[in-house]
Amino acid sequence: MSQAADRAEHWRRTRNLMVGHLIVWFVFSYLIHFLADALYPINFLGWPLNYYMAAQGSLIVFVVQLFLFAKQQHAIDVKFGVAEQEE
Amino acid sequence: MKMQWEGKSFIENLPRIYGVYTGGFVLFFILMAVFEKFGMSAEMIGILFLAFTLAIYAFIGILSRTMAVEAYYVAGRSVPPVFNGMATAADWMSGASFVAMAGGIFMSGYPYMAFIVGWTGGYILVATLMAPYLRKFGCYTVPDFIGTRYGGKFARLCGVLVLVVASFTYVTAQITATGTIAARAFQIPFEVGVWLGLFGILLCSMLGGMRAVTWTQVAQYIVLIVAYLIPIFWMSNKQGLGFFPQIEYGPAVARIMELETQLGVGTPPAETVAGLKALTALHATPVGGWLPAWQFVTLVFCMMVGTASLPHILMRYFTTPSVRDARQSVAWSLLFIFLLYFSAPCLATLSKLQMLDPNLPTSIIGASIDQVMSLSWIEKWGNINLLAIRDSNADGILQINEFFLNPDIIVLATPEIAGLPYVISGLVAAGGMAAAMSTADGLLLAMANALSHDLYYKIIDPKAETRKRLLTARILLLVIGAAGAGVASLKLTGILGAVAWAFCFAMSGLFFPLVLGVWWKRANRPGAIAGMLGGLGAGWWYLLAVRNPEAWYGLAQPWIGLDHLRFGVVGVTASLIFMIVVTLLTAAPDEETQRMVDEVRIPSGDTIIPSKV
Repeated sequence: MSQAADRAEHWRRTRNLMVGHLIVWFVFSYLIHFLADALYPINFLGWPLNYYMAAQGSLIVFVVQLFLFAKQQHAIDVKFGVAEQEE
Repeated sequence: MKMQWEGKSFIENLPRIYGVYTGGFVLFFILMAVFEKFGMSAEMIGILFLAFTLAIYAFIGILSRTMAVEAYYVAGRSVPPVFNGMATAADWMSGASFVAMAGGIFMSGYPYMAFIVGWTGGYILVATLMAPYLRKFGCYTVPDFIGTRYGGKFARLCGVLVLVVASFTYVTAQITATGTIAARAFQIPFEVGVWLGLFGILLCSMLGGMRAVTWTQVAQYIVLIVAYLIPIFWMSNKQGLGFFPQIEYGPAVARIMELETQLGVGTPPAETVAGLKALTALHATPVGGWLPAWQFVTLVFCMMVGTASLPHILMRYFTTPSVRDARQSVAWSLLFIFLLYFSAPCLATLSKLQMLDPNLPTSIIGASIDQVMSLSWIEKWGNINLLAIRDSNADGILQINEFFLNPDIIVLATPEIAGLPYVISGLVAAGGMAAAMSTADGLLLAMANALSHDLYYKIIDPKAETRKRLLTARILLLVIGAAGAGVASLKLTGILGAVAWAFCFAMSGLFFPLVLGVWWKRANRPGAIAGMLGGLGAGWWYLLAVRNPEAWYGLAQPWIGLDHLRFGVVGVTASLIFMIVVTLLTAAPDEETQRMVDEVRIPSGDTIIPSKV
């Protein structure tokens, strides 16, 4: 495969990874909070679910997502030989 | 004294250095607790806490002074991801997060929690869209990226303009917070406290620039997180709510909801007290209907997109050794921020339960007014008009709508409400100070660096030698700091309003020019300029229009619930439209620029802007 094609494929994967993470982000940032009225009657270990998601649920998803993203993106970079050289 | 601030041995020693520091801080805390037992006064403990922590920050700041450009602007690009995460967390969590957030949840209930979601989720945008690419770019400041990617002095100047508008709005709020805390601890007027706070802030950043700010911010993070968590653990333990209340306070929320019905939370008070509010919002119940839900998500949107556009946060990721480290560092940042943010609603809940639950000895609602009035914390905060009790129905019993307070005191007063020793209050004051100072430092540095590097060096005098540039940077730091303190002492806006505005300004002007600079090769200079100026202009106009419905701005009603805290929605939309339309109407950027964008997209290879010594 030529280098240009490699680069294009690297960028395509990078972009797809970004879009994937932003979809999850959208769901936990906006969608579930927009539906707060529907979540309110659901009891989650004592919390009303809408409160739990805003206080902890979404936040935990974000933290996990970021560590996962760092790992996935690095794997893509390594696969296409564009990761930085370790010193 | 010469100290090694870079290189392998320094980096390897970092965990030990900060381990010893944390141990020392805990030791100091224990020492103060012992002194309190022996009868040291509350005022003295407060003063010692602030003086001790300020001295440490100043010590680090002076020790890490530098005259090298790389060290001054980007800490030598040698900060390991975990430590950069801590520094970013301190940079990020301002006086508003530390002091006002739990109080806001206490007072305004569920709708206020949009801030918690918004101030964390923005890091997803930072990691996926920006930080790694800006790090690869090798810029010193955010306008440096704009100026190099799009080319031209005018584009750079627009970047500086947006940066200064957003950061200056933000920094006045932080200086106000340091002033408030210093004024109370040292028993001096607020106007003097503001200048004292500024003096402490400048001590950390003047001599060592980014390098000094980085290492003081790590120290400040440790102080602020310890100061936030210890009272929560202590209080929860004391009240038998478990040792780790954050994961098990669900039943406490349920209990509050039960009490809310019994106590009639939501009944409007019969009287009003200037500057104070009675508790009328429900703790966990959404207001209901589509408009409150829409307002919740639009506030989340503004805070998130604002996060990804604030230069003082983005520039923290210029300091990591590699692109990969920048990505990991974003994850660590959010983890450290998460520790405080997932505790804030817990603190609000426990603190509210202490006041409401008749089964707890600390409850005041439903007790006799005489008895409540004699409590020392009621008396103390009442004396400075941050709390008031009015027996509206004259039955001698305190009802929920007869108790008025300023929500900002919740975090500071909770230790006293729960009957914890005063040493905890001293600790909390030191934590609040650390939070406000670290953010102010980051903001001042972002502005001074942009003005000295982009405006002075890149636009006015490209031949200026290193010495002169760094001197200019320091003088600008002083001038901007003084201007910030001057504005802060006028007390124009509340802390929270100013913070939300800063986010909205930043997103209106910078978000799309930064994102599209990496993700859209076709984006060109006229488009970026139109995006920055059009976005900032539209946002500003909308802010003025909703604040002055009577004036000539031509807006009688806010659009679909977009009030002054959410004007960024209008600004960022305008920015996107301007940028795309103008870009498509003008010529595509040249070959060289397109190649540059290709290079930014991969981690390997040299930075776009060559690093110089």
